[in-house]
Amino acid sequence: MGAPAPTEQPLSAYQLSEQSLERMYSYMLLARRLNERMMLLNRQGTAPFVIAGAGQEAAQVGAAMALQVGVDYLAPYYRDLAMNLVFGMTAREAMLNLFAKRDDPNSHGRQMPSHWGLRERHVVTQSSVVATQLLHATGIALAAKMRQDPVVVMACCGEGSTSRGDFHEALNFAAIHHLPVIFFVENNGYAISERVEKEVPTEHVADRARGYGIEGATVDGMDAVVVYQTVRQAVDQARRGRGPFLIEAKCYRLWAHSSDDDDSRYRPREELAEWAARDPIKLFRERVQNDGIFPAEDLDRIEAQIDEEVRDAAQWAMAQPDPEPADALGFVYKES
Amino acid sequence: MAEMRYREALREALREELIRDDRVFLMGEDIGAYGGSYAVTTGLLEEFGPERVRDTPIAESGIIGAGIGAAMGGMRPMVELMTINFSFLALDQIVNSAAKLYYMSHGQINVPMVVRMASGGGSQLAATHSHSLEGMYAHFPGLKVVCPSNPADAKGLLKRAFRDENTVIFIEHTSLYGIKGEVPDDPDFIIEFGKANVVREGTDVTLIGYSGSVWQASRAATMLEEQEGISAEVIDLRTLSPLDIETVIRSVKKTNRAVIVEDDWKFGGFGGELSAQIMERAFDWLDAPVARVSGKDVPLPYNRNLEFAALPSEEDVVEAVLAML
Repeated sequence: MGAPAPTEQPLSAYQLSEQSLERMYSYMLLARRLNERMMLLNRQGTAPFVIAGAGQEAAQVGAAMALQVGVDYLAPYYRDLAMNLVFGMTAREAMLNLFAKRDDPNSHGRQMPSHWGLRERHVVTQSSVVATQLLHATGIALAAKMRQDPVVVMACCGEGSTSRGDFHEALNFAAIHHLPVIFFVENNGYAISERVEKEVPTEHVADRARGYGIEGATVDGMDAVVVYQTVRQAVDQARRGRGPFLIEAKCYRLWAHSSDDDDSRYRPREELAEWAARDPIKLFRERVQNDGIFPAEDLDRIEAQIDEEVRDAAQWAMAQPDPEPADALGFVYKES
Repeated sequence: MAEMRYREALREALREELIRDDRVFLMGEDIGAYGGSYAVTTGLLEEFGPERVRDTPIAESGIIGAGIGAAMGGMRPMVELMTINFSFLALDQIVNSAAKLYYMSHGQINVPMVVRMASGGGSQLAATHSHSLEGMYAHFPGLKVVCPSNPADAKGLLKRAFRDENTVIFIEHTSLYGIKGEVPDDPDFIIEFGKANVVREGTDVTLIGYSGSVWQASRAATMLEEQEGISAEVIDLRTLSPLDIETVIRSVKKTNRAVIVEDDWKFGGFGGELSAQIMERAFDWLDAPVARVSGKDVPLPYNRNLEFAALPSEEDVVEAVLAML
């Protein structure tokens, strides 16, 4: 797959405040730096498993910032670190999660890393079986609709997950019952080693929307602003009762599938180089600088702050206690 | 008290729960105008409307997954799967999500959902329509498994299921829908989980059943008394998870013999678990090895003669008892 041509629109053409653009950049960069540090810790032997979202930060931040944090629900998948940051996760919490520490607020060491879930932040924890969370999102939207709560639910997955029956069953159910769900597919080109052509028979994943009688859109997932604009429109419509929507963000998995994978067996280096040139964080920085929105010093300052935040988070989290063995036995059944 | 059929008792429980709690709603295939495949939900659409009695697409994983989400979102869904056989299509959602989310989220998210489904053989529905999976579901931590054998229990246990904070697998037996019994009218009538019912007291042997097999055990007890002068105690487990092993052990310590009766396959079935627990807890009281009368280890065939040959009967139970005396 080739990289999509970038938009020529200047940033000033979008209705985004400087503050929003700064947040966008910060979230993307924080996610990337966290993932880089996690992989380093894995190679040093201190973190058993890392699964990252490098290359998908623009798609994730653009989409998550289009939601109302504190009101809307997020059913993420395991690459969506940047989305979770938008929903309030801190760098320290992300590192607690990596090390499966006692105080990891997501699962206190029970789930594999990157299976985030925090009820108070409206983030739903997930099974490792892909696409199952799309149905949970559909049900949450059903509950919200029945209670007449103006809530939108964003359900995320990769393009590989769209092969599963649960993807179809969720879109079908949500479309029949007109539920406020945004199905957000991060098409990063690969399902582990299988290229998108082996997973999806249509040119675009979003082409499938027509089969459910709902609206679909394919966007450049390397451009956070474009993703934000598209998702924002879909969210507003869904909140007014005109959902669901299927949005596909075309992005790229810049790294191997996980810390256990060697992608040189199946991925041409030329393709990787072509996409790396369109690294969404690099592009964003160039754009805000070239459009004269932020001077280079501001961006350097943000970068230095984030580097420090990540260093602190890793060191601090590593020193936190593991769960007590007795904790393995709790929370099987809720008292009733 | 009123005399009603098993299916009517279930319907009464659903009606009362829909009235009691606004969060309760029902969804499943053909539960609306059609009234459900076993006519349990007949009339509920007219009374409660299409929002609370919701017809869904034929998509078992989808219905269960959406039910899980609705429960997470604060509702109290009851999902009807046409039969337990189709629950294989939803098994991942039931086992990997409904049963585990509370544990995996460290107590943040529970899934208070009732999943109703019809189970069991004996109705000429053949291999893919006649499974008895009560034991399989009881195997998974995080699920509660309920299998009423009579109309009063059907109502009391179903009403209790809606008051649970966990996913309850509520299993009805296809051959019991038409049976009649006295059922309390009290809208607060519930039967607690984990309380086995001593259906008939006896002194010589304990017959243990659940769901449909309680009836084989009871008929066998009558035959044993009338034909052989043997006094059999009959226990209806009512719920497999939680399991009331205390009542079973108390009985076995009194009668010194136990026969487990179940429709399910013997190999790896729930009877094996029960037998192991009796051995662990009451070995010194046993005068004979625990016996199991189970379905034959074959897929269930359609023809009536073939089906009978594959399912346990009261005669098989009598034979097992005579062999251990």
